[in-house]
Amino acid sequence: MSLKSKLHNFKEKHRSKKWLPAFSAIHTFLFMPNETTHGGTHIKAADDLKRTMNIVIMAMIPCLIFGMFNAGYQHHLAFGEIQAVSQGFFSPEFWTMENFLVGFWKIIPLVIVSYGVGLGIEFIFAIIKGHEVEEGYLVTGMLVPLIVPVDTPLWMLAVAVVFGVVIGKEVFGGTGMNILNPALTIRAFLFFAYPTWMSGDKVWVHGAVERANEIASGANLDAVSGETILGSLAQGLQHDYSISEMFLGFIPGSVGETSAILILLGGLFLIFTKIGSWRIMLSSVLGAIAMGLIFNSVVDAGIITEGSKFYGLMSTVWWHHLIIGGFAFGTVFMATDPVTASQTNKGKWIYGFLVGFISIMIRVFNPAYPEGVMLAILLMNVFAPTIDHYVVRGNVKKRMKRLKVKTA
Amino acid sequence: MSNDIRIKKGLDIKLKGEAEKTLEQAIISNYCTVRPEDFHGTIPKLIAKEGTQIKAGETLFYDKANEAIKFASPVSGKVMEVVRGPKRRIDAIKIEADKTQDYYDFGVFDVNTAKPEALKAHLLASGCWPFIKQRPYDVIAKPDKTPKAIFVSAYASAPLAADLDFALQGKTKELQTAILALGKLTEGQVHVSVGKQSKSPFEGLSGMTLHKVSGPHPSGNVGTQINKIDPVNKGEIVWTVNPQDLVIIGELLLTGKFNAERIVALAGSSVESPRYFKTRIGSEVSTMIYDKGIAKDAHVRVISGNVLTGKQVPPDGALDYYSNVISVIPEGDDYEFFGWNKPIFDKVSTSRALTFSWLNPGKKYDLNTNTNGEHRAFVVTGNYEEVFPLDIYPMQILKACMYKDLDEMEALGMYEVAPEDFALTEFICVSKQPHQRIIREGLDLMLKEIG
Repeated sequence: MSLKSKLHNFKEKHRSKKWLPAFSAIHTFLFMPNETTHGGTHIKAADDLKRTMNIVIMAMIPCLIFGMFNAGYQHHLAFGEIQAVSQGFFSPEFWTMENFLVGFWKIIPLVIVSYGVGLGIEFIFAIIKGHEVEEGYLVTGMLVPLIVPVDTPLWMLAVAVVFGVVIGKEVFGGTGMNILNPALTIRAFLFFAYPTWMSGDKVWVHGAVERANEIASGANLDAVSGETILGSLAQGLQHDYSISEMFLGFIPGSVGETSAILILLGGLFLIFTKIGSWRIMLSSVLGAIAMGLIFNSVVDAGIITEGSKFYGLMSTVWWHHLIIGGFAFGTVFMATDPVTASQTNKGKWIYGFLVGFISIMIRVFNPAYPEGVMLAILLMNVFAPTIDHYVVRGNVKKRMKRLKVKTA
Repeated sequence: MSNDIRIKKGLDIKLKGEAEKTLEQAIISNYCTVRPEDFHGTIPKLIAKEGTQIKAGETLFYDKANEAIKFASPVSGKVMEVVRGPKRRIDAIKIEADKTQDYYDFGVFDVNTAKPEALKAHLLASGCWPFIKQRPYDVIAKPDKTPKAIFVSAYASAPLAADLDFALQGKTKELQTAILALGKLTEGQVHVSVGKQSKSPFEGLSGMTLHKVSGPHPSGNVGTQINKIDPVNKGEIVWTVNPQDLVIIGELLLTGKFNAERIVALAGSSVESPRYFKTRIGSEVSTMIYDKGIAKDAHVRVISGNVLTGKQVPPDGALDYYSNVISVIPEGDDYEFFGWNKPIFDKVSTSRALTFSWLNPGKKYDLNTNTNGEHRAFVVTGNYEEVFPLDIYPMQILKACMYKDLDEMEALGMYEVAPEDFALTEFICVSKQPHQRIIREGLDLMLKEIG
């Protein structure tokens, strides 16, 4: 008897059992179900939610792999064991087995904890509520390890995932019902609950925190720091990363957010497959450019001078904002979450523009935590239904006007 | 006068098994079945009890809520069986057809001189009224109201639909009579839409406004055309009639006979030789599907209607009251290994998520009834709008129906829509939500609460 019919018989035998959704989740992972249409259309298009989510994960895989190499590279570079990259994207200093293994052993546990805890909760809720396991967490679970610092303790991540999935999603009714992006809820929880592990100049490079603790306890070692570019700029310091390093991603930062070029490729893939909204991505970039230009002109006009604490980030050339920090990653993978973004096409333009605009604003005005994209997206998640409301009212008004013209 | 309607948003689903344009007389069906469920919202009050001998056109039952609306027997014969469901609901009325048909004579009716009230009474008495449907609510028209306009779509854009230019040829006289009659029943115009490239029998007829439609499905849906020509506002009513039913109305007025003959396309990838049949409303589908059609034990689904909006009927079931196509497609109740992530070449998709139907827009597909995934909450946004040409927000109105907010449903345009307008969004829905059912239930709720 084939695997197919064995699984089918198993499903039929245990049809009434409470735990069946857990089995079905695995069953439907292996086999597209044998369900047929009843009432309504007799044929259906090929796409389902699993396929859609899978495409987003595929778009993130390059960032994940790059993040593994980069984790090792930043580690070895900060400890003075290797030279900085010299030959562009395919520099041999970067793509080494040593770099990869350091990152691999740090990041795979993050991925496992993220998926293990998150999917565990999804399974439990599916069984309690008696519905199928929905696929929303497949993407969230991949996003989470990409947007945290590499040294994040696993227990913290687990706690944050529990919070994010239960409070951020399940209490609203599960996949499709949540107001805030679950992955960002998880990150925001980490950020506010354990700020020392989410900001500062130590957490971005594997081993730096450990080294600092050793020094504090009296060891005679060189301190290791790995400040992000935003962190340096916020403190009014110079950084010595070149544009190409920023664009290609050889900079410290959260695991998957550093390589603007791979994020760009991922974004183009999402747009091509029609899974990600090009409206949101484009308008977010436009919003960020607008804010960047405003700040640049404020500096040019001499209103903000070098003495100001805002000078470092305000004077950053507008287009540099697009390739440093988490802006690119947030725009492509998080602002476009269809559930929490605006749902109307017009609304998407407004929503995206404001995400970009506010990201850069928070970046500049919040020197304690110079990454604005997380808070900007969460803020706009809250306002997305309001934007949609007014867009839809526009359509309603048109209908009312038509009626008035008739009756007048 | 001719006006062009160009539809940009939509999707042509090209399927294998389009009916070849040859006409054949179907085997005369021994039985004729009329199912009250075809007339949505009608509670039947039976007149023709079991054992009664009736003529074609004589009343089988009338609508309990509106006794004037009568439903005629498509054939002459003996009422054999009244099939009842729970609570003695009438599921079907089976009539054993006579070998030679005997028509009830309603008398020749002169449309030109008749008053609208007399015409209305004539259509009601002869059982032709149920062919006239109304929006809002997509139910049989209320005879006491006057519509602001009447719409007829003579352009079929649905997958495997019967070609109306072919099915209506030679019926110019009947169509003209019916159009003139409809013109008397409205204050406004009778709008008829034909395909831009077509040679429709409607061209050149008088008493109507002709529109030329182009673009992908749902350009042929009457709802799309209403939305583009003269959308329904609150408090307004429009009527719609299928062109194949105009023929029946026209013939009744010209000859006094209720002749339920209809040209039906047998189509679909499971059919060996798809073609057109001349048959009658309510005929058994088995009189058509087996001869050069499907094998006796074929694992297929027989649909009375098209694959997007039709009704599943068993192989011994009957053609429903309104359809002019029988679609037969393979059942898809099988598992597919890693079906959710492997590249797909043999199914239709509007995305490019490792689905490759965009590579070859002209290709014809052999789709089965598999849902290609399980039911989920609404997640993806923006994809319905690509195939939905009405000036309405599809997802928002669906959600309003689900949370039963009557004010919101009204504001978002519920008076303008029918379930069939949401067939394409249902087809492409990633979350496999039953859009047509949601809209139908929403309309029923409004009809009950607002009326």
